[in-house]
Amino acid sequence: MTDLLDRRLLFVTGKGGVGKTTIAAALGDLAASHGKRTLLCEVDAKGNLADVFETAPTAFREREIAPGLWAMAMSTEESLKEYLRLQLKMPLLGRIGPLARTFDFVANAAPGIKEILVVGKLCWEVHERHYDLVVVDAPASGHVVGQLAAPEAIRDLVKVGRVRDQTGWMLDILGDRGQTGVVVVATPEEMPVVETLELAERLDAETVVDLAAVVVNRVLPELFTRSEEEIFRALRVGDRAGALDAAVGEPVGRVLDGAELAVKLRRTRAEHLATLRAGLPGVELMYVPELFQRSHGLRATRMIAEALGAELGYE
Amino acid sequence: MSSARTVPGTSLEHLLAAKEIVICCGSGGVGKTTTAAAAAAMAAAHLGGKVLVITVDPARRLATALGLERFGNLETQVSPELFRAAGVEPRGELWAAMLDTKESWDGLVRAHAPDPETRDAILANPLYGNITSRFVQSHDYIAMERLYEIHSTGRYDLIIVDTPPTRNAIDFLDASERMADFFSSRLLRWLTMPARSRLVTAASRPFTSVADRILGSQFLEDVAEFFLLFQRMYGGFVERARAVTRTLSDKRTTFVVVSTLETAPVRETENFVEALARRRLHLGAIVLNKVLPGWFVDRAATDAAQRLCSDAAGLAAAVPDGMGPPEQVARVLHEVGESFLNFQVVAKREAEQRAELAAAPDVVVTVPYADHDITDVAGLLELGGALWR
Repeated sequence: MTDLLDRRLLFVTGKGGVGKTTIAAALGDLAASHGKRTLLCEVDAKGNLADVFETAPTAFREREIAPGLWAMAMSTEESLKEYLRLQLKMPLLGRIGPLARTFDFVANAAPGIKEILVVGKLCWEVHERHYDLVVVDAPASGHVVGQLAAPEAIRDLVKVGRVRDQTGWMLDILGDRGQTGVVVVATPEEMPVVETLELAERLDAETVVDLAAVVVNRVLPELFTRSEEEIFRALRVGDRAGALDAAVGEPVGRVLDGAELAVKLRRTRAEHLATLRAGLPGVELMYVPELFQRSHGLRATRMIAEALGAELGYE
Repeated sequence: MSSARTVPGTSLEHLLAAKEIVICCGSGGVGKTTTAAAAAAMAAAHLGGKVLVITVDPARRLATALGLERFGNLETQVSPELFRAAGVEPRGELWAAMLDTKESWDGLVRAHAPDPETRDAILANPLYGNITSRFVQSHDYIAMERLYEIHSTGRYDLIIVDTPPTRNAIDFLDASERMADFFSSRLLRWLTMPARSRLVTAASRPFTSVADRILGSQFLEDVAEFFLLFQRMYGGFVERARAVTRTLSDKRTTFVVVSTLETAPVRETENFVEALARRRLHLGAIVLNKVLPGWFVDRAATDAAQRLCSDAAGLAAAVPDGMGPPEQVARVLHEVGESFLNFQVVAKREAEQRAELAAAPDVVVTVPYADHDITDVAGLLELGGALWR
């Protein structure tokens, strides 16, 4: 499993709300802390990446936010400018305004163009070996397939021209499981599990990209062993709680209710986890525990990076 | 579980009784679909009339609970037997439909194509399938379009819409406007000009040359042909898009924003509330989902939990005999206290987030964390009960 971070390009996706950005950030942080030059790229820039690192907003021009860790925000317009500059040697700076608007229009209308600029830029960073690893905070599961399938879609639609010529090396990178993989983040809840299984199917059917791993986020701790749970049940029977109340000096009913809720949640989630495992034979599952703590910022990111590191066998 | 709390004098029940269209929105994973379905089930059960819920890709078990497995774009009635099985005699009817983007687009083309030839040419165009499934705003637009279409048939007293998962929750507010702009833009007219005259337009030369080199002129021709066909439906589309916008801002329409109390959804909810205000659209309620019970921050319970953690061994001795080895009892007590304090950290964070959101609308509904999934109408009504008051 240690080979996950030995790949060159990881797309981190998952249903909205499962902690996709945090996991992507933690993977990037983990890789950088183990000496890999790492680029983190936020595709649907909502500023979440800046939040989890408690840093200034990211921009298209990458910035080193921690030793060995660079962050950028994807922009199709900037990506186009860079492409034109690099590929066509076109000094378009003066004219890019109106051109970009025109382009925006065609790109909206012609499917796959915006997607190819995103995927193209990311593959370019891998191709040019600017980084050891590129971690992408990719669009949510509903949108990521369209993005990963863009090079093939373009090849089908566009018969000639530069863009078509470029799809070849992109597909080589995307289709090489030693280099590229998708990491799906899920929580052990009904919809995230359903979407993860559907996404695994679609990735297989519609793209050349390998499903590298599934990260199960917010796994609740098992409170009791079987015999301990019997003791817990017994505490709630008859007057035993009363004796405990007296000993504690405060009513313990709510505290017991809290543990009851935790046990039930854990049990429901275990069922969803079983469904996930059964639906993904042969896929590596990594577990990140629920973090009962205040921070949603850098501190939380570091704790999750540690948990992922343990799963990957890092000391 | 404990019931929901609302600002006195107002409730989701009152809101739903007064409106004809309720649009549920919010970021992904907050329980939008279930909330929409539960609100619709409650309205059908207790307010009466014909209630329709339009859902997008619901959980399979939720679909099964509604008897929706075999149905798609067409509205289907949820059997009143399912309500009776839950011990409720429904006053009205609950109908449900799932949004099928492709089918809806095909329907639109059929409705707006000026003649059968144009219709068939569009439906057969290879770009058409691609565009309708991948066009960024396609889902948003079609959801609003279906809403308008169904509302204008006058078949329902109340329509509750579960909006599609968008990259930004506010995208769909602009979808119909954007679609209208798109079809009336000068660029589209330029693109659909016959190729020969386009070449002589001096202003377009830089674009043409760049685009040709990048994409190849054949591809541009394909795109142009597609839009030429589509433009024949221009009038119908633009008119329709404007009508959809009017429906959204109508007095009988309200928006319900669904959120959890986690950082990212709360921030998106704040943005959404602002966006509604800017557009003068009616924010009816904020539904806060999956909220931990308030007693997690209770003072006395906290003291008790802390004692369980700090003095588990001593307290284990105080419990009656015969429950198990004392050291195991102590471990259970310690775990119980520890777990409470863990959840308390989350509950405190939630309370802070809630206070920030509470300033906005008249109705804020807090729905407790469910410890089980919803599998039938009874489950929907149970959740609905928490929403209602």
